[in-house]
Amino acid sequence: MTDTRKTIIGINGITKRFGSDVIAVDNVSIDIKEGEFFALLGPSGCGKTTLLRMIAGFEMPSEGQLLVDGQDMEGVSPNKRPVNMVFQSYAVFPHMSVADNVAYGLKMEGVASKEIAGRVEEALGLVQLPGYGARMPDQLSGGQRQRVALARALVKRPKVVLLDEPLSALDAKLREAMQLELRNLQASVGITFVMVTHDQDEALSMADRVAVMQSGCVRQLAAPRDLYEYPTSRFVADFIGKMNLFQAQVKSCGGGEVSVSVEGIGDLRLPHEGEASGEIGIAVRPEKTTVSPDKPTDTECVALEGTVLQVAYHGDENHVHLKTDGGLTLSVTLPNHERTLVAPAKPGDRRWISWRQKDTLVLAD
Amino acid sequence: MAKKSLFGLEPAGPLDYLRKWPLLTIMALTFIFLYVPLLTLMAFSFNDSRRNIVWNGFSLKYYAKLFQNDDLMIAFGNSLTIAFVSTIISLILGAMVAILLWRFRFSFKPVYEGAMALPIVIPEICMGVAMLAFFARIGWPNDLPWPLSLANITIAHISFTFPFVAVIVRARLAGFNMEEEEAARDLGAGDWEVYRDVIIPHMKPGLVAGALLAFTLSLDDFVITFFTSGPETVTFPVKVYSMVRFSVTPEVNAASTVLIVITVFLTATAMWLQNKGAKKK
Repeated sequence: MTDTRKTIIGINGITKRFGSDVIAVDNVSIDIKEGEFFALLGPSGCGKTTLLRMIAGFEMPSEGQLLVDGQDMEGVSPNKRPVNMVFQSYAVFPHMSVADNVAYGLKMEGVASKEIAGRVEEALGLVQLPGYGARMPDQLSGGQRQRVALARALVKRPKVVLLDEPLSALDAKLREAMQLELRNLQASVGITFVMVTHDQDEALSMADRVAVMQSGCVRQLAAPRDLYEYPTSRFVADFIGKMNLFQAQVKSCGGGEVSVSVEGIGDLRLPHEGEASGEIGIAVRPEKTTVSPDKPTDTECVALEGTVLQVAYHGDENHVHLKTDGGLTLSVTLPNHERTLVAPAKPGDRRWISWRQKDTLVLAD
Repeated sequence: MAKKSLFGLEPAGPLDYLRKWPLLTIMALTFIFLYVPLLTLMAFSFNDSRRNIVWNGFSLKYYAKLFQNDDLMIAFGNSLTIAFVSTIISLILGAMVAILLWRFRFSFKPVYEGAMALPIVIPEICMGVAMLAFFARIGWPNDLPWPLSLANITIAHISFTFPFVAVIVRARLAGFNMEEEEAARDLGAGDWEVYRDVIIPHMKPGLVAGALLAFTLSLDDFVITFFTSGPETVTFPVKVYSMVRFSVTPEVNAASTVLIVITVFLTATAMWLQNKGAKKK
């Protein structure tokens, strides 16, 4: 499928070195499309923030080219770029009122003061803070300060809004509400959002496309569902969501199939496009597995017998940890579909763990 | 039943030293030796007697006399002028040093930082002698018209007050969120706007506190001023000292009381402003 939308940010082979031997970003190329909500996801130190800061203009690439709306950004200082950033600490100016904070960018641009008032009120309305203009930042909650920071970026009508860990400082309930709100806001204003986050849940639920980064490289760039259901590497599989990972030895590969021998499971034939050889990873998501007291009859299933080690109760689901007779440790997620006070299993129970063969992932990388 | 403490109804906890007698005694003695002399001095400034020993009844006549003493009033004017000018220049120099030390990395920075803080630790008497020797050596003219005649004292005062400003402003800058500067740049501000709209407003409580401290230090400095002042350029503390040499009259007490009140007021304001700034962050 080719995307016909215009490329708004073109990252072409960008590398960033700090000093002589620290490579923060290593030859990254990404095309971010106009109007999309794009997330850079990765563990801390993977280079995602450095990449974002290079788009904003606070860091200069050591190599490569950055295009914003077709324009080369080399030598263009942050105050001259058509992008605006929402900082992790929000960086709301503490000595200015909310209205002055939001108006700051327009004043710097030289917009007529008559026009400023209207645009400020419009921006505050967008972020659900109408009439808050006269307040000082220390009278606002954390969530409200973030909205001010967002309004301050949106009011300039930039081509791209950059968000650095936008929700990390909020508590869990507010974070979930803001995820929805940011998504809706982005859809309604139609401005491209680029978000940096280490929270996979945030990236999956908000973004149209996610680039997963590890030690300066993009490991996989895909839509959230693809990323979760079809990770291409052990790193991505393990980083996004929970995963049962096994080591496997490739016996033969070809014709859309791979035949592997997995220690503790035995021989498996799995659908797989492309190359695979030597040692690879085999994986299955905990929620795609189930446990039963008897051996399942379905021949399309992988079934293993084992002993329950522990059952963790999470309210909405149970996480059952088991050790198979082959020596593998697995976790199985069992949703609580019905109201019950009875645990699905207890430590020491003998159970069969099974999952459908087609839900098994082959991780060649 | 638990033993009752000295004052409260609750027994003192193991770490409640302030409610046990050894520390309380030390505190009481410290307060007595620190403040009783000062309070005596202030009380006797209202004494209706030529001598400072016997209380003869309340009177404000020495305050009246004080304000009619032309020499003393000239000295007071000199002190205020010097304090005012040296504060402004100290403020500018100190703020610039603070920004330099906060923002930039350069070779020999620790050496520079140490050299800047030196006037805080150098004994005042050494500074005084050094200033005297310096102005004599370069042949600083002694017969300049007022207020230029105060220039050498002012220069001496700037040299020992600006490090205090630098230290206070530097401490304030340490709490600055660099993302605020980046946000300003991101929104279109250039170097000058960043300073005007973000950094200087953040420095403000430090600048005010530093200015008040510099003003107080300059106003009541005796040692360094004594070495740099000429016969025509006497400051308030130096004048008070010369009055004491004749006799300790209640007039000297009154003059000292005025100085104490000004100094305490300014210092308290400086501390209050600093706390207010610290709380906001």
